[in-house]
Amino acid sequence: MGFVTQGADVALVSLQGVGKTFSGRTGAWEAVRDFSLDLAEGEFFCLLGTSGCGKTTVLNMVAGFEAPTAGAILLDGAPVEGPGADRGVVFQGHDSLYDWLTALDNIGFGLRLRGLGKAERRAKAEHFLRMVGLNGQGAKHPSELSGGMKQRIQIARALANDPRMLLMDEPFGALDAMTRAVLQGELSRIWAETKKTVLFITHDIEEACALATRIGVMRRGPGGDAQGHCTG
Amino acid sequence: MALSTMRFTVRTERLTTIGGYIAGFALLFLIWHLAATYLVKSTLFPPPGPVLARGWMLIEDGILQEQIVASLKRIAQGFLLGSAIGIPIGLAIGSFKPVRWMLEPWTEFFRFIPAVAMITVSVIWFGIGEESKVFLIAYTTIFVVIISTAAGVGAVGRDKIRAAQCLGANRWQVFGLVALPATVPYILTGMRLAMSNAFVTIVAAELIASNDGLGKMLWDARLFMQIEDIFVALVALGMLGFATDRSFRFLIRAFAGRFNATV
Repeated sequence: MGFVTQGADVALVSLQGVGKTFSGRTGAWEAVRDFSLDLAEGEFFCLLGTSGCGKTTVLNMVAGFEAPTAGAILLDGAPVEGPGADRGVVFQGHDSLYDWLTALDNIGFGLRLRGLGKAERRAKAEHFLRMVGLNGQGAKHPSELSGGMKQRIQIARALANDPRMLLMDEPFGALDAMTRAVLQGELSRIWAETKKTVLFITHDIEEACALATRIGVMRRGPGGDAQGHCTG
Repeated sequence: MALSTMRFTVRTERLTTIGGYIAGFALLFLIWHLAATYLVKSTLFPPPGPVLARGWMLIEDGILQEQIVASLKRIAQGFLLGSAIGIPIGLAIGSFKPVRWMLEPWTEFFRFIPAVAMITVSVIWFGIGEESKVFLIAYTTIFVVIISTAAGVGAVGRDKIRAAQCLGANRWQVFGLVALPATVPYILTGMRLAMSNAFVTIVAAELIASNDGLGKMLWDARLFMQIEDIFVALVALGMLGFATDRSFRFLIRAFAGRFNATV
Protein backbone atom coordinates (compact mmCIF):
# COMPACT_ATOMS: atom_id res chain seq x y z
CA MET A 1 0.00 0.00 0.00
CA GLY A 2 1.22 3.51 -0.50
CA PHE A 3 0.49 7.05 0.58
CA VAL A 4 2.97 8.89 -1.56
CA THR A 5 2.39 12.60 -1.38
CA GLN A 6 1.72 14.29 -4.68
CA GLY A 7 3.30 17.66 -5.25
CA ALA A 8 5.71 17.51 -2.33
CA ASP A 9 9.21 18.32 -3.52
CA VAL A 10 11.12 16.43 -0.88
CA ALA A 11 9.55 14.19 1.72
CA LEU A 12 10.64 14.68 5.33
CA VAL A 13 10.05 11.03 6.01
CA SER A 14 9.88 8.36 3.42
CA LEU A 15 8.92 4.76 4.05
CA GLN A 16 9.70 2.65 1.03
CA GLY A 17 8.26 -0.83 0.79
CA VAL A 18 8.74 -1.37 4.49
CA GLY A 19 8.03 -4.76 6.03
CA LYS A 20 8.41 -6.18 9.48
CA THR A 21 8.40 -9.82 10.45
CA PHE A 22 8.80 -10.76 14.07
CA SER A 23 10.36 -14.07 14.86
CA GLY A 24 9.32 -15.56 18.15
CA ARG A 25 9.23 -18.92 19.83
CA THR A 26 5.87 -19.66 18.22
CA GLY A 27 7.20 -18.92 14.76
CA ALA A 28 7.44 -15.90 12.49
CA TRP A 29 4.72 -13.27 12.47
CA GLU A 30 4.43 -10.76 9.68
CA ALA A 31 3.13 -7.49 11.14
CA VAL A 32 3.69 -5.15 8.20
CA ARG A 33 4.17 -5.88 4.50
CA ASP A 34 5.19 -3.55 1.68
CA PHE A 35 4.26 -0.30 3.41
CA SER A 36 5.10 2.95 1.65
CA LEU A 37 4.44 6.48 2.88
CA ASP A 38 5.85 9.94 2.25
CA LEU A 39 5.33 12.66 4.82
CA ALA A 40 5.85 16.26 3.78
CA GLU A 41 7.13 18.93 6.14
CA GLY A 42 4.35 20.44 8.25
CA GLU A 43 1.64 17.90 7.61
CA PHE A 44 -0.49 16.22 10.25
CA PHE A 45 -0.86 12.66 9.09
CA CYS A 46 -3.21 10.27 10.82
CA LEU A 47 -2.64 6.58 10.32
CA LEU A 48 -6.01 5.02 11.00
CA GLY A 49 -6.57 1.36 11.59
CA THR A 50 -8.04 -1.36 13.76
CA SER A 51 -6.02 -2.70 16.63
CA GLY A 52 -3.52 -5.33 15.62
CA CYS A 53 -3.17 -4.07 12.04
CA GLY A 54 0.47 -3.11 12.55
CA LYS A 55 0.19 0.67 12.81
CA THR A 56 2.13 0.85 16.07
CA THR A 57 4.83 -1.28 14.46
CA VAL A 58 5.07 1.31 11.69
CA LEU A 59 5.49 4.08 14.27
CA ASN A 60 8.07 2.08 16.22
CA MET A 61 10.08 1.61 13.05
CA VAL A 62 9.98 5.32 12.20
CA ALA A 63 11.00 6.08 15.80
CA GLY A 64 13.87 3.65 15.45
CA PHE A 65 12.79 1.39 18.29
CA GLU A 66 12.50 -1.49 15.84
CA ALA A 67 14.35 -2.09 12.60
CA PRO A 68 12.37 -3.00 9.46
CA THR A 69 13.05 -6.43 8.03
CA ALA A 70 12.34 -5.20 4.51
CA GLY A 71 12.43 -1.88 2.68
CA ALA A 72 13.90 1.39 3.89
CA ILE A 73 12.93 4.37 6.06
CA LEU A 74 14.53 7.69 5.22
CA LEU A 75 14.48 10.87 7.27
CA ASP A 76 15.70 13.90 5.33
CA GLY A 77 17.07 11.43 2.84
CA ALA A 78 19.20 9.54 5.36
CA PRO A 79 18.29 6.07 6.59
CA VAL A 80 16.88 5.84 10.13
CA GLU A 81 19.19 3.96 12.45
CA GLY A 82 17.87 3.74 15.98
CA PRO A 83 15.98 6.35 18.00
CA GLY A 84 17.13 9.96 17.99
CA ALA A 85 16.29 13.45 19.19
CA ASP A 86 14.99 14.43 15.73
CA ARG A 87 11.86 12.32 16.25
CA GLY A 88 9.89 13.12 19.41
CA VAL A 89 7.57 10.36 20.58
CA VAL A 90 4.38 10.69 22.62
CA PHE A 91 3.53 7.29 24.07
CA GLN A 92 0.09 5.82 24.59
CA GLY A 93 0.54 5.17 28.30
CA HIS A 94 2.03 7.64 30.72
CA ASP A 95 4.63 5.15 32.04
CA SER A 96 7.17 7.02 30.00
CA LEU A 97 7.17 10.00 32.37
CA TYR A 98 9.82 10.13 35.07
CA ASP A 99 8.10 9.82 38.45
CA TRP A 100 11.07 11.21 40.35
CA LEU A 101 11.10 14.47 38.40
CA THR A 102 8.66 17.36 38.57
CA ALA A 103 6.47 18.13 35.58
CA LEU A 104 8.85 20.95 34.67
CA ASP A 105 11.95 18.74 34.91
CA ASN A 106 10.22 16.09 32.81
CA ILE A 107 9.61 18.69 30.11
CA GLY A 108 13.21 19.89 30.36
CA PHE A 109 14.69 16.38 30.29
CA GLY A 110 15.78 16.48 26.65
CA LEU A 111 17.34 19.91 27.17
CA ARG A 112 19.26 18.54 30.14
CA LEU A 113 20.61 15.74 27.94
CA ARG A 114 21.93 18.38 25.59
CA GLY A 115 23.69 20.14 28.47
CA LEU A 116 21.61 23.31 28.54
CA GLY A 117 22.03 25.52 31.62
CA LYS A 118 19.50 25.39 34.41
CA ALA A 119 18.03 28.86 33.87
CA GLU A 120 17.65 28.41 30.12
CA ARG A 121 16.17 24.96 30.60
CA ARG A 122 13.67 26.27 33.08
CA ALA A 123 12.61 29.17 30.89
CA LYS A 124 12.07 26.85 27.90
CA ALA A 125 10.23 24.25 29.96
CA GLU A 126 7.97 26.97 31.40
CA HIS A 127 7.16 28.11 27.87
CA PHE A 128 6.03 24.63 26.84
CA LEU A 129 4.23 24.09 30.12
CA ARG A 130 2.14 27.16 29.28
CA MET A 131 1.68 25.95 25.72
CA VAL A 132 0.02 22.73 26.90
CA GLY A 133 -2.13 24.70 29.35
CA LEU A 134 -0.55 23.56 32.61
CA ASN A 135 0.65 26.93 33.83
CA GLY A 136 1.44 26.77 37.54
CA GLN A 137 1.50 22.94 37.72
CA GLY A 138 5.22 22.65 37.01
CA ALA A 139 6.27 21.73 40.54
CA LYS A 140 3.99 18.70 40.71
CA HIS A 141 5.19 15.15 40.21
CA PRO A 142 3.51 12.84 37.68
CA SER A 143 1.82 10.88 40.47
CA GLU A 144 -0.05 14.08 41.40
CA LEU A 145 -1.36 14.67 37.88
CA SER A 146 -4.42 13.27 36.10
CA GLY A 147 -4.18 11.09 33.00
CA GLY A 148 -4.96 13.99 30.68
CA MET A 149 -2.38 16.22 32.38
CA LYS A 150 0.25 13.52 32.01
CA GLN A 151 -0.35 13.33 28.27
CA ARG A 152 -0.02 17.13 28.11
CA ILE A 153 3.34 16.81 29.87
CA GLN A 154 4.42 14.16 27.35
CA ILE A 155 3.49 16.45 24.46
CA ALA A 156 5.35 19.36 26.07
CA ARG A 157 8.39 17.17 26.72
CA ALA A 158 8.54 16.09 23.10
CA LEU A 159 8.04 19.64 21.79
CA ALA A 160 10.58 21.22 24.15
CA ASN A 161 13.26 19.12 22.50
CA ASP A 162 12.38 20.78 19.16
CA PRO A 163 12.35 17.59 17.06
CA ARG A 164 11.94 17.50 13.28
CA MET A 165 8.70 15.62 13.75
CA LEU A 166 6.31 14.20 16.35
CA LEU A 167 5.30 10.56 16.50
CA MET A 168 2.14 10.01 18.52
CA ASP A 169 0.97 6.50 19.30
CA GLU A 170 -2.72 6.71 20.27
CA PRO A 171 -1.80 9.35 22.87
CA PHE A 172 -5.42 9.90 23.93
CA GLY A 173 -6.52 6.27 23.77
CA ALA A 174 -6.62 5.76 27.53
CA LEU A 175 -8.48 8.99 28.33
CA ASP A 176 -12.18 9.52 28.95
CA ALA A 177 -14.24 10.96 26.09
CA MET A 178 -14.47 14.51 27.46
CA THR A 179 -10.77 14.82 28.27
CA ARG A 180 -9.96 13.35 24.87
CA ALA A 181 -12.08 15.93 23.08
CA VAL A 182 -10.43 18.78 25.01
CA LEU A 183 -6.94 17.46 24.29
CA GLN A 184 -7.72 17.01 20.59
CA GLY A 185 -8.67 20.70 20.47
CA GLU A 186 -5.49 21.65 22.31
CA LEU A 187 -3.35 19.52 20.00
CA SER A 188 -4.90 21.20 16.94
CA ARG A 189 -4.07 24.59 18.42
CA ILE A 190 -0.51 23.54 19.28
CA TRP A 191 0.01 22.09 15.84
CA ALA A 192 -1.21 25.34 14.27
CA GLU A 193 1.27 27.23 16.49
CA THR A 194 4.30 25.02 15.91
CA LYS A 195 3.62 23.53 12.46
CA LYS A 196 5.44 20.37 13.45
CA THR A 197 5.14 17.39 11.16
CA VAL A 198 3.05 14.80 12.96
CA LEU A 199 2.55 11.09 12.45
CA PHE A 200 -0.46 10.27 14.59
CA ILE A 201 -1.67 6.72 15.16
CA THR A 202 -5.31 6.14 16.07
CA HIS A 203 -8.17 3.72 15.67
CA ASP A 204 -10.74 6.49 16.17
CA ILE A 205 -12.16 7.78 12.87
CA GLU A 206 -13.58 10.96 14.41
CA GLU A 207 -10.25 11.73 16.04
CA ALA A 208 -8.48 11.31 12.72
CA CYS A 209 -10.96 13.58 10.96
CA ALA A 210 -10.69 16.23 13.68
CA LEU A 211 -6.92 16.40 13.66
CA ALA A 212 -5.44 15.34 10.35
CA THR A 213 -4.55 17.20 7.21
CA ARG A 214 -4.27 13.79 5.59
CA ILE A 215 -5.51 10.38 6.64
CA GLY A 216 -4.25 6.97 5.72
CA VAL A 217 -6.27 3.86 6.47
CA MET A 218 -4.42 0.71 7.31
CA ARG A 219 -6.30 -2.54 7.09
CA ARG A 220 -5.65 -5.91 8.51
CA GLY A 221 -5.79 -8.28 5.61
CA PRO A 222 -5.70 -12.06 5.49
CA GLY A 223 -2.11 -13.09 6.02
CA GLY A 224 -1.20 -9.52 6.90
CA ASP A 225 -2.12 -8.26 3.44
CA ALA A 226 -2.82 -4.61 4.14
CA GLN A 227 -4.60 -2.20 1.84
CA GLY A 228 -5.13 1.48 2.18
CA HIS A 229 -6.28 4.70 0.65
CA CYS A 230 -5.88 8.30 1.58
CA THR A 231 -8.02 11.39 1.80
CA GLY A 232 -6.99 15.02 1.92
CA MET B 1 -6.87 27.57 53.33
CA ALA B 2 -6.66 24.27 51.51
CA LEU B 3 -2.96 24.07 52.28
CA SER B 4 -3.38 24.67 55.99
CA THR B 5 -6.12 22.05 56.10
CA MET B 6 -3.78 19.64 54.38
CA ARG B 7 -1.01 20.36 56.86
CA PHE B 8 -3.45 19.85 59.67
CA THR B 9 -4.53 16.49 58.24
CA VAL B 10 -0.92 15.37 57.88
CA ARG B 11 -0.19 16.38 61.45
CA THR B 12 -3.27 14.63 62.85
CA GLU B 13 -2.36 11.56 60.84
CA ARG B 14 1.12 11.57 62.34
CA LEU B 15 -0.28 12.01 65.84
CA THR B 16 -2.70 9.15 65.24
CA THR B 17 0.16 6.93 64.09
CA ILE B 18 2.28 7.76 67.12
CA GLY B 19 -0.76 7.30 69.35
CA GLY B 20 -1.27 3.90 67.73
CA TYR B 21 2.32 2.90 68.47
CA ILE B 22 1.99 3.91 72.11
CA ALA B 23 -1.32 2.07 72.49
CA GLY B 24 0.09 -0.99 70.76
CA PHE B 25 3.14 -1.17 72.99
CA ALA B 26 1.03 -0.50 76.11
CA LEU B 27 -1.19 -3.45 75.17
CA LEU B 28 1.86 -5.66 74.56
CA PHE B 29 3.30 -4.78 77.97
CA LEU B 30 -0.09 -5.31 79.60
CA ILE B 31 -0.43 -8.81 78.11
CA TRP B 32 3.14 -9.55 79.14
CA HIS B 33 2.37 -8.37 82.66
CA LEU B 34 -0.82 -10.43 82.90
CA ALA B 35 0.84 -13.53 81.46
CA ALA B 36 3.84 -13.31 83.76
CA THR B 37 1.96 -12.44 86.94
CA TYR B 38 -1.15 -14.61 86.66
CA LEU B 39 -0.42 -17.36 84.14
CA VAL B 40 3.19 -18.45 84.25
CA LYS B 41 4.11 -17.32 87.77
CA SER B 42 7.74 -18.28 87.37
CA THR B 43 10.97 -16.47 88.19
CA LEU B 44 12.08 -17.49 84.72
CA PHE B 45 9.50 -15.16 83.15
CA PRO B 46 9.72 -11.79 84.95
CA PRO B 47 6.89 -9.25 84.47
CA PRO B 48 7.69 -5.99 82.68
CA GLY B 49 7.96 -3.93 85.91
CA PRO B 50 11.20 -5.47 87.26
CA VAL B 51 12.65 -5.75 83.74
CA LEU B 52 12.12 -2.06 83.03
CA ALA B 53 13.50 -1.20 86.48
CA ARG B 54 16.59 -3.28 85.77
CA GLY B 55 16.90 -1.66 82.35
CA TRP B 56 16.76 1.77 83.91
CA MET B 57 19.48 0.77 86.39
CA LEU B 58 21.70 -0.41 83.54
CA ILE B 59 21.08 2.85 81.70
CA GLU B 60 22.04 4.87 84.78
CA ASP B 61 25.24 2.88 85.07
CA GLY B 62 25.88 3.50 81.38
CA ILE B 63 26.16 -0.23 80.68
CA LEU B 64 23.14 -0.69 78.43
CA GLN B 65 24.09 2.24 76.18
CA GLU B 66 27.56 0.78 75.81
CA GLN B 67 26.20 -2.54 74.55
CA ILE B 68 23.72 -0.85 72.25
CA VAL B 69 26.37 1.41 70.75
CA ALA B 70 28.73 -1.53 70.28
CA SER B 71 26.09 -3.54 68.39
CA LEU B 72 24.77 -0.59 66.38
CA LYS B 73 28.26 0.41 65.29
CA ARG B 74 28.91 -3.05 63.88
CA ILE B 75 25.53 -3.10 62.16
CA ALA B 76 26.09 0.34 60.64
CA GLN B 77 29.59 -0.48 59.37
CA GLY B 78 28.72 -3.87 57.96
CA PHE B 79 25.44 -2.64 56.52
CA LEU B 80 27.04 0.30 54.72
CA LEU B 81 29.90 -1.85 53.46
CA GLY B 82 27.50 -4.54 52.26
CA SER B 83 25.26 -2.01 50.52
CA ALA B 84 28.23 -0.27 48.91
CA ILE B 85 29.32 -3.60 47.42
CA GLY B 86 25.84 -4.98 46.71
CA ILE B 87 24.32 -2.00 44.87
CA PRO B 88 26.87 -1.79 42.04
CA ILE B 89 26.87 -5.57 41.60
CA GLY B 90 23.06 -5.59 41.51
CA LEU B 91 23.07 -2.78 38.94
CA ALA B 92 25.58 -4.67 36.79
CA ILE B 93 23.60 -7.91 37.01
CA GLY B 94 20.39 -6.09 36.09
CA SER B 95 21.98 -4.16 33.21
CA PHE B 96 24.24 -6.61 31.44
CA LYS B 97 23.15 -10.11 30.44
CA PRO B 98 26.66 -11.68 30.52
CA VAL B 99 27.18 -10.36 34.04
CA ARG B 100 23.84 -11.84 35.03
CA TRP B 101 24.75 -15.24 33.60
CA MET B 102 28.06 -15.20 35.42
CA LEU B 103 27.13 -13.74 38.78
CA GLU B 104 23.58 -14.95 39.33
CA PRO B 105 24.71 -18.49 40.26
CA TRP B 106 26.98 -16.91 42.87
CA THR B 107 24.19 -14.97 44.51
CA GLU B 108 21.85 -17.95 44.28
CA PHE B 109 24.56 -20.07 45.92
CA PHE B 110 25.63 -17.75 48.71
CA ARG B 111 22.24 -16.54 49.76
CA PHE B 112 21.42 -20.05 50.93
CA ILE B 113 24.45 -20.09 53.20
CA PRO B 114 23.19 -18.02 56.12
CA ALA B 115 25.53 -15.58 57.83
CA VAL B 116 25.10 -17.55 61.04
CA ALA B 117 26.71 -20.54 59.34
CA MET B 118 29.64 -18.33 58.41
CA ILE B 119 30.42 -17.29 62.00
CA THR B 120 33.04 -19.99 62.50
CA VAL B 121 34.82 -19.20 59.25
CA SER B 122 34.67 -15.50 59.95
CA VAL B 123 36.23 -15.88 63.41
CA ILE B 124 39.00 -18.07 61.97
CA TRP B 125 39.68 -15.50 59.28
CA PHE B 126 39.23 -12.24 61.12
CA GLY B 127 39.60 -13.13 64.79
CA ILE B 128 37.30 -12.22 67.59
CA GLY B 129 37.60 -8.44 66.98
CA GLU B 130 35.34 -6.04 65.09
CA GLU B 131 36.29 -7.28 61.64
CA SER B 132 34.56 -10.65 61.96
CA LYS B 133 31.27 -9.05 62.98
CA VAL B 134 31.43 -6.36 60.30
CA PHE B 135 32.20 -9.08 57.75
CA LEU B 136 29.16 -11.10 58.81
CA ILE B 137 26.82 -8.12 58.66
CA ALA B 138 28.21 -7.13 55.26
CA TYR B 139 27.80 -10.72 54.09
CA THR B 140 24.18 -10.90 55.17
CA THR B 141 23.47 -7.50 53.59
CA ILE B 142 25.10 -7.97 50.20
CA PHE B 143 22.92 -10.68 48.70
CA VAL B 144 19.57 -9.20 49.65
CA VAL B 145 20.66 -5.84 48.23
CA ILE B 146 22.01 -7.44 45.04
CA ILE B 147 18.83 -9.37 44.33
CA SER B 148 16.54 -6.44 45.03
CA THR B 149 18.65 -3.99 43.00
CA ALA B 150 18.89 -6.35 40.03
CA ALA B 151 15.13 -6.89 40.13
CA GLY B 152 14.66 -3.11 40.18
CA VAL B 153 16.79 -2.59 37.08
CA GLY B 154 14.82 -5.30 35.30
CA ALA B 155 11.55 -3.60 36.22
CA VAL B 156 12.31 -0.22 34.60
CA GLY B 157 9.51 0.40 32.13
CA ARG B 158 10.39 0.00 28.44
CA ASP B 159 8.74 3.30 27.53
CA LYS B 160 10.82 5.19 30.09
CA ILE B 161 13.99 4.05 28.35
CA ARG B 162 12.57 4.60 24.87
CA ALA B 163 11.41 8.10 25.81
CA ALA B 164 14.95 8.99 26.89
CA GLN B 165 16.40 7.52 23.70
CA CYS B 166 14.16 9.59 21.47
CA LEU B 167 15.01 12.68 23.51
CA GLY B 168 18.61 12.06 22.54
CA ALA B 169 20.02 10.09 25.48
CA ASN B 170 23.07 7.91 24.95
CA ARG B 171 23.63 4.60 26.75
CA TRP B 172 25.19 6.18 29.82
CA GLN B 173 22.56 8.87 30.11
CA VAL B 174 19.85 6.20 29.93
CA PHE B 175 21.60 4.36 32.74
CA GLY B 176 22.42 7.34 34.97
CA LEU B 177 19.34 9.47 34.44
CA VAL B 178 16.63 6.81 33.95
CA ALA B 179 17.54 3.28 35.05
CA LEU B 180 19.36 4.33 38.20
CA PRO B 181 16.76 6.71 39.67
CA ALA B 182 13.97 4.32 38.67
CA THR B 183 15.74 1.61 40.66
CA VAL B 184 16.19 3.66 43.86
CA PRO B 185 12.96 2.46 45.53
CA TYR B 186 14.00 -1.17 44.94
CA ILE B 187 17.47 -0.53 46.34
CA LEU B 188 16.02 1.09 49.45
CA THR B 189 13.54 -1.76 49.92
CA GLY B 190 16.39 -4.26 49.64
CA MET B 191 18.39 -2.31 52.21
CA ARG B 192 15.44 -2.30 54.54
CA LEU B 193 15.12 -6.09 54.32
CA ALA B 194 18.88 -6.43 54.77
CA MET B 195 18.70 -4.33 57.91
CA SER B 196 16.41 -6.83 59.63
CA ASN B 197 18.79 -9.63 58.61
CA ALA B 198 21.64 -7.61 60.11
CA PHE B 199 19.90 -7.60 63.50
CA VAL B 200 19.51 -11.37 63.44
CA THR B 201 23.11 -11.84 62.47
CA ILE B 202 24.68 -9.45 64.96
CA VAL B 203 23.06 -11.17 67.94
CA ALA B 204 24.19 -14.60 66.78
CA ALA B 205 27.71 -13.36 66.08
CA GLU B 206 28.03 -11.61 69.44
CA LEU B 207 26.64 -14.63 71.26
CA ILE B 208 29.51 -16.71 69.96
CA ALA B 209 32.40 -14.33 69.54
CA SER B 210 32.42 -10.95 71.20
CA ASN B 211 33.48 -8.92 74.21
CA ASP B 212 30.52 -6.54 74.18
CA GLY B 213 27.22 -5.82 72.45
CA LEU B 214 23.66 -6.94 73.08
CA GLY B 215 24.38 -10.53 72.03
CA LYS B 216 27.22 -10.73 74.52
CA MET B 217 24.93 -9.25 77.16
CA LEU B 218 22.42 -12.05 76.49
CA TRP B 219 25.17 -14.64 76.79
CA ASP B 220 26.57 -13.26 80.05
CA ALA B 221 23.10 -12.99 81.56
CA ARG B 222 22.53 -16.63 80.68
CA LEU B 223 25.79 -17.67 82.34
CA PHE B 224 24.97 -15.82 85.53
CA MET B 225 21.24 -16.56 85.43
CA GLN B 226 20.37 -12.84 85.45
CA ILE B 227 16.94 -13.39 83.97
CA GLU B 228 16.01 -9.69 84.00
CA ASP B 229 19.13 -8.79 82.04
CA ILE B 230 18.13 -11.25 79.35
CA PHE B 231 14.77 -9.56 79.01
CA VAL B 232 16.36 -6.10 79.04
CA ALA B 233 18.53 -7.16 76.10
CA LEU B 234 15.52 -8.62 74.26
CA VAL B 235 13.42 -5.50 74.76
CA ALA B 236 16.36 -3.33 73.70
CA LEU B 237 16.78 -5.38 70.50
CA GLY B 238 13.11 -5.11 69.66
CA MET B 239 13.03 -1.39 70.30
CA LEU B 240 16.19 -0.77 68.28
CA GLY B 241 14.99 -2.83 65.36
CA PHE B 242 11.64 -1.08 65.43
CA ALA B 243 13.22 2.37 65.57
CA THR B 244 15.67 1.55 62.77
CA ASP B 245 12.98 0.15 60.52
CA ARG B 246 10.68 3.13 61.10
CA SER B 247 13.49 5.58 60.33
CA PHE B 248 14.26 3.62 57.20
CA ARG B 249 10.66 3.69 56.13
CA PHE B 250 10.53 7.39 56.83
CA LEU B 251 13.63 7.92 54.65
CA ILE B 252 12.17 5.81 51.85
CA ARG B 253 8.97 7.84 51.98
CA ALA B 254 10.85 11.13 52.04
CA PHE B 255 13.12 10.22 49.13
CA ALA B 256 10.96 7.92 47.11
CA GLY B 257 7.36 8.61 48.14
CA ARG B 258 6.69 10.13 44.77
CA PHE B 259 7.81 6.98 42.98
CA ASN B 260 4.45 5.26 43.50
CA ALA B 261 6.39 2.41 45.01
CA THR B 262 4.69 0.49 47.78
CA VAL B 263 6.86 0.81 50.84
